[in-house]
Amino acid sequence: MIRVSVMTSSMFKELLRRPAGLTVFIVLVLFYLVAIFADFLSPYSVTDQDLQHTFHPPTALLWKDGGLHVQRYEMQSRDLSGYTPVVGEGSPLRFFAPGYEYHLLGLVPMSHHLITVDGPDRLYLLGSDQVGRDIYSRLLHGTRISLSIGLIGIAVSMCIGFIVGGLAGYFGGAFDNIAMRLTEFLMAIPGLYLLLALRGAFAESFTPTQMFFLIVFILSFIGWSGTARIIRGMTLSLRNRQFVMAAEVMGQSSWKILWKHVLPNVFSYLIVAATISIPGYILGEAALSFLGLGIQDPSVSWGLMLSQAQNPQVFMEGYWWFLVPGLAIFVTVISFNVLGDVLRDIIDPKQKFLRS
Amino acid sequence: MKALIIKRLLILIPMLLVVSLMVSLLMSLAPGDPVSQFEMMPDVDAEYLQRLRQEFGLDQPWYMQYFHWLGQVLPFSYHPDAASFWQRFDFRPNFGFSYYYRTEVWDLLVQRMPATILLSLTSLVLAWVIAIPLGVLAAIYKDSIFDRISQMLAYAALSIPEFFLALLALVFAAKTGWFPIGGFTSVEHDFLSPWGRFLDIAHHLLLPTIVLGIGGVAGVMRIMRANFLDNIRSEYVVTARAKGLAEGAVMFRHVFRNAINPLITAAGFAFSSILSGALLVEIVMNYPGIGQLVYNALLQQDAFVVQASVLMSVIMLMIGNLLADIALAMNDPRIRYD
Repeated sequence: MIRVSVMTSSMFKELLRRPAGLTVFIVLVLFYLVAIFADFLSPYSVTDQDLQHTFHPPTALLWKDGGLHVQRYEMQSRDLSGYTPVVGEGSPLRFFAPGYEYHLLGLVPMSHHLITVDGPDRLYLLGSDQVGRDIYSRLLHGTRISLSIGLIGIAVSMCIGFIVGGLAGYFGGAFDNIAMRLTEFLMAIPGLYLLLALRGAFAESFTPTQMFFLIVFILSFIGWSGTARIIRGMTLSLRNRQFVMAAEVMGQSSWKILWKHVLPNVFSYLIVAATISIPGYILGEAALSFLGLGIQDPSVSWGLMLSQAQNPQVFMEGYWWFLVPGLAIFVTVISFNVLGDVLRDIIDPKQKFLRS
Repeated sequence: MKALIIKRLLILIPMLLVVSLMVSLLMSLAPGDPVSQFEMMPDVDAEYLQRLRQEFGLDQPWYMQYFHWLGQVLPFSYHPDAASFWQRFDFRPNFGFSYYYRTEVWDLLVQRMPATILLSLTSLVLAWVIAIPLGVLAAIYKDSIFDRISQMLAYAALSIPEFFLALLALVFAAKTGWFPIGGFTSVEHDFLSPWGRFLDIAHHLLLPTIVLGIGGVAGVMRIMRANFLDNIRSEYVVTARAKGLAEGAVMFRHVFRNAINPLITAAGFAFSSILSGALLVEIVMNYPGIGQLVYNALLQQDAFVVQASVLMSVIMLMIGNLLADIALAMNDPRIRYD
């Protein structure tokens, strides 16, 4: 495995040397930091609702008495949800002050937040939704789902893809035949139709954690087939190379050959294939949640937040801030797409195995 | 060629059997059935529900239901006591009865399929018509400003989720009022002249086509550019230029026809993602196609409708791939399928 680590570290250095690679790497690192410190960065918890401030537009900030204040607003009428600023009035903002309690990294109990409001006004950096929850806070928390689902999903499907593809390519015969028919079968059904049919087999309501793993399971179930087919092709050609034959003659077991000779040779491919397929998982989760079949209220995901924008009131009144989660999905997906392309250029410049 | 078509159509049979078996199993795994939503109602008595279940065969195990369904589905039935001779033969497949829509599933499919096929085809055509010239230009003027900008736009277009784009289009339609919000035809469609009907459908189709087509434009453009670049460097281009052939002839008669081959194969694959994308676009933009049908059926646990729609999507995908293979053979005389 030493070779693998050398290979990945040189790949990583090459990635950072390219401007596009460096840019998306920084963007993604920032996103992951946001995901980890979402509680610290957000002023309100995801379930903190305020029915007095529904469909609130983003609040303005003002400078008063030597400190930043959040603008006070007055509701015009209950049903229109229109707000007018009260000139010169507001509540002071506090930095690193205690707010709602949370656990940093799920372990360390903390209550300090980057920004909190000291007073009756609410801080809505990106507006509020139909029950007065802070969209900015929810957006930060939604990062967790989108950024983790891709990683866990590809980890599962790459493992299955490598094992099935490697065994099929190495042993051939009946196993190969069955495995390949199975992948063809999975590819014969348009992805989302298969996704919906699979989702249809499970109950409507789960705990958020169960739902998360159900989505990962369904997406990986669909996703492993493409990887398996390509790994099989690579293993087939590796099998006739001299070092594999030498290992066979020396009496190494098939598992050991797969692990020690095949895996290191397809490892860089696996990394690139994984990066390229991450957007599929992010979009798959977002689509499922958007359709109301994935993450459910009151927990939060970008797709779920976007589905609130389907409320007719939202687009007739032009509440643009409901569309911000779409932008977040877009930036994440484009970053992974660019990252995947740059990695592919590094590893497979002639695009022998990996085509867009 | 004939052998290819027959072989593909034969493969379709076991494929459809396995898919339908799987969908049946999946639908049966879901808790509850189409009748269970009535259990909550106080004025519906349990005996009636039991009778309904018996009538629909919902009290039997899933594999019995499946075999029952399979026994009826074949697209041929004979009605000896029909009035005229031709009415005795019925070539419509019997996909069962929709609990939710209260009609034959086949009739639903006949209503919805043309809308989805039309949407998929128009967005495929849109993608090709825009993307091929762009891809060729980007390859010929590689590394120019035009190439850079189109590459960046392609990245952006590939990364926008279809449902987000559909949502934006909906906001646009609602704000400007230039486009209808949802639907396949307007209310007065039946009273229009043939030309008016055509325009009416086109008007409803335009926004969904653009939304669905944009991702395709980016994908096709990138493949076209890469293929064109591959071929520009090859030796037959040097030969053609050395012969003194005009640059336009080299590019379009030689490079273009070679570069477009992988694209035709890709179109077959792209069909799968177009059908998936169409599903989302149909749901968000309220376009009455088969994707919207399967989604609503799933929410209502209308098993026969889900079953039939998934099978139709498989058939559409297979036929799309087959047409791509045939087109490939027509463009490239080196390819033989026997």
